[in-house]
Amino acid sequence: MSAAPASLPQAFTALLRRDFTIAYRRRGEWLRPLLFFVISIALFAFAAGPDPALLATIAPAIIWVAALLATLLALDGVFRADYDDGALEQMLLSPHPPSVLALARTLSHWLLTGAPLILVSPLLAGMLNLPQRALPELLLSLLLGTPALSLIGAIGVALTLAARASGVLLALLVLPLYIPVLIFGAGAVHTATLGGDASAQLLLLGAILLLALALAPATIVAGLRASLN
Amino acid sequence: MLQIRGENGCGKTSLLRLLCGLSLPEAGEVRWNGAPILKARPDYHRALSWLGHSTALKSELTPPENLVLAGALAGNAALSATDALQRMGLRDCLHLPCGALSAGQRQRAALAGVMRRPGGIWILDEPAAALDETAIGLLERMLEEQVAGGGIVVFTSHRELALSRPQQLHLEQFR
Repeated sequence: MSAAPASLPQAFTALLRRDFTIAYRRRGEWLRPLLFFVISIALFAFAAGPDPALLATIAPAIIWVAALLATLLALDGVFRADYDDGALEQMLLSPHPPSVLALARTLSHWLLTGAPLILVSPLLAGMLNLPQRALPELLLSLLLGTPALSLIGAIGVALTLAARASGVLLALLVLPLYIPVLIFGAGAVHTATLGGDASAQLLLLGAILLLALALAPATIVAGLRASLN
Repeated sequence: MLQIRGENGCGKTSLLRLLCGLSLPEAGEVRWNGAPILKARPDYHRALSWLGHSTALKSELTPPENLVLAGALAGNAALSATDALQRMGLRDCLHLPCGALSAGQRQRAALAGVMRRPGGIWILDEPAAALDETAIGLLERMLEEQVAGGGIVVFTSHRELALSRPQQLHLEQFR
């Protein structure tokens, strides 16, 4: 044991680097939620018909529901592969606090699946005729909301890892918890389209994110331990 | 060095997972240096190397990338990843993703990861699985060196390994 043990920041960045390398070598995988997001919104645009006013009214709801479902779709990947190949056991047996490692894993997952949704959302907002003035609120609400969705979802994934056919179970477990984020997220954008002040909803979204940041990591670890037990 | 023996399904793996702290015992406790492992977790995990049925190698990454990552998580790597892999005879596979390796080669790579952290406690579940004769020789030498260096090895193996006097623990089937 001559060399000094790796520090926690090193372990944190090593995990992030690992996830980005894997994502780069397996490109199709992280693009799927993004494509789902784009296509499902396009479907709404086709189904709602060519009335620009109607589209603009329902645009906040469509974008937010699509973002929520795309997050849910990608969610299983956050711990599934690590569970299957044993990397999760090694993570829990590391001398570093496992909650921080779980946070690193959730962060890289959000960067790969949640952040791209935010980047393409202005384009889709244009397609749905969302008023220009609501664009900052749309971006900000997604920026605050999707990490909260990832954190809350990761708890559900940790709990359902050991279950067979966990997809539907995960949705049933997680979707009710997503409701507050959805209400405040879509609400903020809707208020902004009417020219109102959406700061109350955005602050509440921020509060949810902070709460999730504080509580989710330890809960995720408890779920992971239960799944591996 | 302690070898745990017993029939299939008698609880060898369960016992090893209890020792690691991956499972929690219904009664009793596991201690490391006198302290329950749940309290001494960082200390214990700094000394512990666990190799179970799954190798924890990412199939998209090459063996050295995998070992460097594992080292960053576990710490205390005394041997460089490339050196360890070469000692396990994987010189020609360093640039291949682990998904392209055979089961035996992946097991060798996983053992190289264990080899990088000598001196603590190694808990190995069927370390000889999928290994060929040469690799089993390497494994035997690696275990002997670990014990000679003052380390602890607890393992299960259905294959007889040529080791000098491992202590044996026989688990009886109980219900």
